[in-house]
Amino acid sequence: MKTDELITMLSTNVEAVDRRRVVREIGATIAIGSLAAVGTMVLALGLRGDLPQTGPLIFLLAKLAFAVGIVVLASVYLMKLARPGGEGRVAITWAALPFVATMLLAVISLAFAPTSHWNRMIMGDQWLECLISIPIIAVVPFAAVIWVLRRMAPTDLIRTGALAGLVAGGLSAIGYALHCTDDSLPFVAFWYGGTIVLCTLAGATLGPRLLRW
Amino acid sequence: MTLNEAELKQLMLAGLDGDSAAYRTLLDRLSKLLRSYYRAKLSRIGREATEAEDVMQDVLMALHTRRHTYDPNELFMPWVYAIARYKLIDHLRRTRASLADVPLDDAGELVAQEDHSGVESGHDLEILMRELPDKMRYAIQCVKLDGLSVAEAAKRGGMSESAIKVNVHRGLKILAASIARETKS
Repeated sequence: MKTDELITMLSTNVEAVDRRRVVREIGATIAIGSLAAVGTMVLALGLRGDLPQTGPLIFLLAKLAFAVGIVVLASVYLMKLARPGGEGRVAITWAALPFVATMLLAVISLAFAPTSHWNRMIMGDQWLECLISIPIIAVVPFAAVIWVLRRMAPTDLIRTGALAGLVAGGLSAIGYALHCTDDSLPFVAFWYGGTIVLCTLAGATLGPRLLRW
Repeated sequence: MTLNEAELKQLMLAGLDGDSAAYRTLLDRLSKLLRSYYRAKLSRIGREATEAEDVMQDVLMALHTRRHTYDPNELFMPWVYAIARYKLIDHLRRTRASLADVPLDDAGELVAQEDHSGVESGHDLEILMRELPDKMRYAIQCVKLDGLSVAEAAKRGGMSESAIKVNVHRGLKILAASIARETKS
């Protein structure tokens, strides 16, 4: 085919384009992903039962702040990386901020506790459930985020995949936090943080295969 | 970057608002810049001009079907260059060329010169069109090839206007994917 024919075809009756489409579609997908994560948690695990009490409520809010912080930061970067050349315009390391902040708080809370409590503060009751649940709940949000990114044009597929994993892990943690009764900062830093990092690594590995265009 | 930036960005913005004439001029200019870019890159590893034309057409399709990813607050040519570079690297990987033989990071080259000597690419639009589902083929034939308005195409085909638009949109995405696949093989 001659290039001229192609250009004629593409430019005939060209449709106007919604300039906010990238932000709108990614935003909507993340909203749907959060509903999917909360829905999976309610159906499979159930909401924690002790919520009217102040102590559990404060810890729930702390866990949500961590997870929501991750999702918000990662979404902002994702909207940049979804566009060609976006990787050159962002300092992606800021996405680690919620992890660093939680780690610091965890270290401080360990420093103020007797050493004999450390094991229990870190391992909690349900570390295995957390380790398994967060990646599993993340599957549907991850698929949704990958689906929307395939409609965009990322040019750094490893970083974009990693951010997709990070967003999915964060969304999953929002869901899991509503169930989890392990109320200690070291637990959140280690098990929530660790599993979300796993989701991020999985996203980075899968990105080049799933996002190619 | 400054040579064509302001002018081409204006054309792109007009194209995004649905100005077909501006959009045509834009694609015409970009095709010449991209042709020159890919010929320079691919001739270094002994590839033919047809192959450069194949990749360039793949990029034009990608630019078109993904034009909503251009952020009007940013410069325009870096967006084009990022796509051109991505497609070049992808093409070199798929055709098992060594990335070391082709210099990748010189954005200036894309705006340096235009190459007007087009050749036929290996893509055959008629064959690619035949692979489309009937409704998409009909919509693209009417609106994009015969130049009928969406309203006329809808009336003749007994479809709604929004169905025509959706079928054009989906059909072009499938064509873009087929051209990308062909270019890589």
